[in-house]
Amino acid sequence: MKQEFTLTIYSENRVGLLSQITTVFTRRHINIESLTTSESAIKGIHKFTIVVFSTREDIEKLVRQIEKRIDVLKAYVFAQDEIVHQEVALYKVPTEALLNGNDVEYLVRKYSARILEMTPEYTVIEKTGHKAETQELFDKLDPYGVTQFTRSGRVAVNKLKQEPLTDFLRKLEEDTRK
Amino acid sequence: MNSPVIGAKYIFMDAQTFETTKEQKTEARMITGAEAVMECLLAEGVDLMFGYPGGAIMPVYDALYSYSDRLKHVLVRHEQGAIHAAQGYARVTGKVGVGLVTSGPAATNAVTGIADAMLDSTPVVVISGQVGSTLIGTDAFQEIDVVGITQPITKWNYQITRPEDIPWAFARAFYIARHGRPGPVVLDITKDAQFGKFMFQYQRMKSIRSYTPVHVAEQDKIEEAASLINLAKKPLALIGQGVVLGGAEKELLAFIEKTGIPAAWTILGLSALPTDHPLNVGMLGMHGNYGPNIKTNEADLILGIGMRFDDRVTADTKKYATKAKIIHMEIDPAEINKIMHADVPLLGDVKDTLPRLTEKVSSNDHSEWLQEFHACSRVEHERLIDKDLNPSKPELSMGEVVHRVSAAFNDDAIMVTDVGQHQMVGTRYFRFKQTRSVVTSGGLGTMGFGIPAAIGAKMGKPDRPVVLFVGDGGFQMTIQELGTIYQEKVPVKIVLLNNNFLGMVRQWQELFFDLRYASTEMINPDFQTIAKGYYLPSVKVTDRKNLDAAIKEMAESDGPFLMEVVVEKEGNVFPMVPAGASISDIRLE
Repeated sequence: MKQEFTLTIYSENRVGLLSQITTVFTRRHINIESLTTSESAIKGIHKFTIVVFSTREDIEKLVRQIEKRIDVLKAYVFAQDEIVHQEVALYKVPTEALLNGNDVEYLVRKYSARILEMTPEYTVIEKTGHKAETQELFDKLDPYGVTQFTRSGRVAVNKLKQEPLTDFLRKLEEDTRK
Repeated sequence: MNSPVIGAKYIFMDAQTFETTKEQKTEARMITGAEAVMECLLAEGVDLMFGYPGGAIMPVYDALYSYSDRLKHVLVRHEQGAIHAAQGYARVTGKVGVGLVTSGPAATNAVTGIADAMLDSTPVVVISGQVGSTLIGTDAFQEIDVVGITQPITKWNYQITRPEDIPWAFARAFYIARHGRPGPVVLDITKDAQFGKFMFQYQRMKSIRSYTPVHVAEQDKIEEAASLINLAKKPLALIGQGVVLGGAEKELLAFIEKTGIPAAWTILGLSALPTDHPLNVGMLGMHGNYGPNIKTNEADLILGIGMRFDDRVTADTKKYATKAKIIHMEIDPAEINKIMHADVPLLGDVKDTLPRLTEKVSSNDHSEWLQEFHACSRVEHERLIDKDLNPSKPELSMGEVVHRVSAAFNDDAIMVTDVGQHQMVGTRYFRFKQTRSVVTSGGLGTMGFGIPAAIGAKMGKPDRPVVLFVGDGGFQMTIQELGTIYQEKVPVKIVLLNNNFLGMVRQWQELFFDLRYASTEMINPDFQTIAKGYYLPSVKVTDRKNLDAAIKEMAESDGPFLMEVVVEKEGNVFPMVPAGASISDIRLE
């Protein structure tokens, strides 16, 4: 059964790593729903967070192919209930829409969004939340003339007691010292 | 207490570590990048490479001129040939093969060889020149994105744009190519990095943080496997190239001899044990032997030993090993459960796993089960092999040629093949006494592999006879390498099995496409005249009565030799598992 999985991949920070990872998806016709990447808490190690729809079996094969890349340290698969995740969305609306009544202000309050910037021409609203939530606010704001809308990829932390990468790195270090 | 991973305080090892003993660390001195390439190759034990010069690699070739007393370079006739030759060299020696090419079209010509090395786990380092770093990305003359193109077909690749990165990248390249599951590495060096001077010092690589080449099988898994083996009534061992790559031939013998388990080999597992070992029951796969195919679905335990359940071995996986539990010994974690679910995965080098397993299993004897394989073999002989090796038809069969050539070399030559019918016949009928005696393109099935791979194999093992079987199709794909054979005087024995057809495709057209021979008939040149042009001594056999004399002439000749044998035009290779069928549906005729 296909379901949503969040992959966290740790790699060395090397040119071309993203392409090495995405090739593995492309080759197996697995579409990437969302992708976020930045330096992890450990200096020099980058973290990729990738969301895909797939079966457990296929995704586990995919992860082993990703880990096969020399510069990839480790990849983990999480089902939806094993992580806490967040996304951020930005909406640009004409400031005029806020001046002609308090509908937009009401939406900002109701959806716990906030206003980042306001100029005579436009206002930028920010909302954090899951895709469904940020989408819902977009649908609500759209009648007021959203001129730009962008949503980030997912960031996620897992619910495990400890980051599994820690054990992996510790074992590696012990093996190297042997 | 577990230390938290979060935070800058976490101190962790470097991304890589280097060997630091005196012998492995050279004195620092100021040299060019191109000279550094030579020094790196010497430090990694390279003494032979195959290549073709061109604009963007000229500084390296210029340095090579001064190093030619220590580094032999073989000038091939096409870059594909350079990589196949490096593969041939690597396959017979176990050392890393090296290819040297220029940028652009040279690198793209090398791609087929690199892909072949990837699929067949062959340790090869390919060095390609690249335009100057300021020109990269400008569509400069002979500029192509080599790293991008070769990324999916290399174990690792890297573009070097500064001379300072050369020692580091070479150390890493050789480490990666030869450790764990071997494979090809491409180093793309910009011209300015070749010209630039820097303080050179070399250290071989000891470890890479993000790469664990070999895992060690857990002891409880070993014990679990041992108890399955002890209980099995009909176990079958599948021998793959992992045994050869791990140098675990003795360990394999000890294991099968203690347990009495019949062993079948994959195409790349050929020669991992002697052909005439009593427990060797033949070859697996689409054109493998009858017994090991048919018995796979009767076995109650399958032991994959350094093999990857390739689709040419399994055919329809839903109808494969239907009654068996599977123990999978494999070095590459990505192979576990990729095709067949492993009931007991034993991740690791078989060189380590096999003796640990041998220690835990009880001595056993499966002679009744082995007899069943012998019965299958008798059926295969009666219905197929006897006719193949002693045909009653006037036309020569590929099988009889292979059989007699093998015998003429005392069943102890290195066999190189190209791809197609002759490859299957060669792997079925050539016989082996020692390991690393087969060089064939198993995974990629590259026509044109044969001639250059034979050059590399012979140069890697000059003391052993190297026999190449090649068809008239594949022969013409890399025919220009006859020039390399002439220039280097490489004494390879070429057996050209000429049926004036692309035989394997024609066979499929006959069996599955209603005899519609679309573009498979070849109107060939006179290969004898071509041989003459390349100063290659040759003989042409069209009649059985001349075969033995021709083989004798070839075997006794000192230098390279071409024996062209005109074989049956529409001969078929059997047994055959039709594509998409179960291995149980193997056809004997």
